[in-house]
Amino acid sequence: MDFSYTKQEKVIKETARKFLTKKCPSDLVRKMEEDPKGFSPELWRDIAELGWLGFILPAEYEGFGGDFFELIVLLEEMGKYLVPVPLVPTAILGALPILYGGSEKQKQEFLPKVALGDLILTMALTELEPSYDATGVQLLARREGSHFILEGTKFFVPYAHVADYLICVARTDGNGKKEEGITLFLVKGDHPNISSTVLETLDCEKQCEVVFNRVEVSEESIVGEYNKGWEIIRKVLEQAEIAQCALMVGGAEKVLEMTVEHATIREQFGRPIGSFQAVQHRCANMKVDLEGARLATYEAAWKVSKGLPATLEASVAKAWLNRAYNRICDNGHQVHGGDGIMKEQDMQLYSRRAKGSGFFLGDTVFHREIIAQQLDL
Amino acid sequence: MDFELTEEQKRFKEEVCAFLDKEVTEELVAESQSPKGYGPYSWEFMRKLGAKRWLAPTFPVEYGGLGLSQAYRYIVQHELDYRNALAYVRSLGLVGVDMAGPVILRRGSDALKAEILPKIAAGEIELALGYTEPQAGSDLSRLAIRAVEDGDDFVITGQKLFNTGCHFCQYHWLAARTDPQAPANRGISLFVVDMKYPGITVSPMWEMADKITNAVFYDEVRVPKRYLVGEKNKGWQYVTEALDNERMLVLGGLEEMFEALVKYIKTTSRNGMPISKDSLVRQKVADFVTEINIARNMIRRVVWWQDNKIDPPAGQTAILKLFVSELYQKVAREGLEIMGLYGQLRKHSKHSVAEGKMERLFRETYVMTIGAGTSEIMRTLIATKGLGLPR
Repeated sequence: MDFSYTKQEKVIKETARKFLTKKCPSDLVRKMEEDPKGFSPELWRDIAELGWLGFILPAEYEGFGGDFFELIVLLEEMGKYLVPVPLVPTAILGALPILYGGSEKQKQEFLPKVALGDLILTMALTELEPSYDATGVQLLARREGSHFILEGTKFFVPYAHVADYLICVARTDGNGKKEEGITLFLVKGDHPNISSTVLETLDCEKQCEVVFNRVEVSEESIVGEYNKGWEIIRKVLEQAEIAQCALMVGGAEKVLEMTVEHATIREQFGRPIGSFQAVQHRCANMKVDLEGARLATYEAAWKVSKGLPATLEASVAKAWLNRAYNRICDNGHQVHGGDGIMKEQDMQLYSRRAKGSGFFLGDTVFHREIIAQQLDL
Repeated sequence: MDFELTEEQKRFKEEVCAFLDKEVTEELVAESQSPKGYGPYSWEFMRKLGAKRWLAPTFPVEYGGLGLSQAYRYIVQHELDYRNALAYVRSLGLVGVDMAGPVILRRGSDALKAEILPKIAAGEIELALGYTEPQAGSDLSRLAIRAVEDGDDFVITGQKLFNTGCHFCQYHWLAARTDPQAPANRGISLFVVDMKYPGITVSPMWEMADKITNAVFYDEVRVPKRYLVGEKNKGWQYVTEALDNERMLVLGGLEEMFEALVKYIKTTSRNGMPISKDSLVRQKVADFVTEINIARNMIRRVVWWQDNKIDPPAGQTAILKLFVSELYQKVAREGLEIMGLYGQLRKHSKHSVAEGKMERLFRETYVMTIGAGTSEIMRTLIATKGLGLPR
């Protein structure tokens, strides 16, 4: 056992904190909620320069060659600041399918650009009947000669409106098991037959409806093997879930910090409200939820970085985080009182994201069912 | 980070399991679950475990241990709890090995160490916690039992309440007031008291789990001064130092209960299908797994801190105690609901299911959220010590 951070992990944390304190104030987060693009290109450049976009990509593709656990430590810090950049869509959902399944040519073409911040990617997975398992994939890719025609609608696709390329998860064979007959296609984001519309959502994180209207793609745009796309997606989703958990842990920690600070400063009845047990016990519950969240996320991340199976642990982390982050924010709001619900205050930035991120990459019901399957129930 | 036991610890665990699979008999388990808890089978088993030096592996070799880290003690305790052996108080450690022993080791005189520690490690004795009194529960520092110096002795008079184990333990690990003028927490001393001394009366009380705890009365009991632990009036400090161990719960009992539940829902049908195929049941069981995973990591992290001689950050053992004890209760409560009407049948009913384990654990788990500090006391500690909120 070892529950300490390595020297390297401490440096990563510290560097991120210093950088983000300066470059990512909450005003920027608030501004980006209203911004049509939803992210700051300047911040994106800076983050690329720091090596965060290619953090776990191998050095041969201009990556940093970092360990997955280190990435999680970094993301946790980013989560604290609600950094408005499409990092998970690009560096994980977009880049990892190419890294795991792509041809050497695809890797050479796309991965260095990801690492250098020259490319925004995303994964178009969920549809009008959204689900993070294979049954949800219904968008058809029909073969016509040497080409494929993509026809259908993807829904809740993160940052599709600014993506240079989408990994479109499409059905190429409707017979047989749902996990089979799925193929991944790399499609240009500005393809004339694709239209992306940003959805107005609870947390203002940019998610899109993407309509594929007879989009013609070549065989070369397939990532991985024909009909074998789901194996790659499952592996990538697992890591994306853990990454999302890390962002949520960071956010939850920030909420607890803000809440304790508020409870210490704010006085009512002639005393700091944090001296009242009713308030103290809310804060204690937040702390317990947070500790559980961090341990669950770290265990899953540790398994991935050791190359061990992490399906159960990733679902444990996400199932817990979805609910725990919500509870933390609910308690935080109660302690913050009227202040917390004001748009100019940060508390509500977190509570809206806590709810929104609970849907992204699987809600609690979805992940509990995965856990039940892992138990052979 | 590394969430796994080391290879050496895994080997140790295997050895311990092999030994326990052989030595933990039905009679021992029945005795452990009986109202009295300890009897001939338990003492014989304790001595066998002591002979392997596995009872107190963390004690120095000269006192009958192996000088190993806390991880080894955790491994043994988990497996004992899982098998219902010496598990009179579910999931909590042994008083001699985990609570009194470490304080004696750190603070006791050489003579006291030499007299008591080898007996604890050999499994010859167990001590009963002697903290709580009728007016001193959560507000423990208000304890009032008086110890007055008189020649070579202390003379002790007063009353203790809910002192579990006094009916079978050879010694009482007693906190008594030695300076009534000093502030409440600066006038308490700790004693190792032989339960056979004249003037001690143990009066049993029955718990809802059909176990015995005790009211204990001291009527001018003379305790030789050599049984004072460390310095006079420093008892509160010593108790506080040992609290991290007292809040260390293991998951053995919970895993036993969980396995019984999973087996039951897989093998029992309702409405024409196994209960395990019911989506609400699957959701609940997955929720248990989620929290069990988290609890296991909380425990392992505290063990790791102890192994590395790092004081757990303030509030962390309170978090462990709160989370784990409430999890036991939740799994017992909701597990019973999953079992339905049959779940309420006690073990010896001819129709009982899962050997009545869930029903028994439901009754046993209440004390876990009360003893060693209630859940509300834990929350106050987490808030004030852990988060630094004002008092």
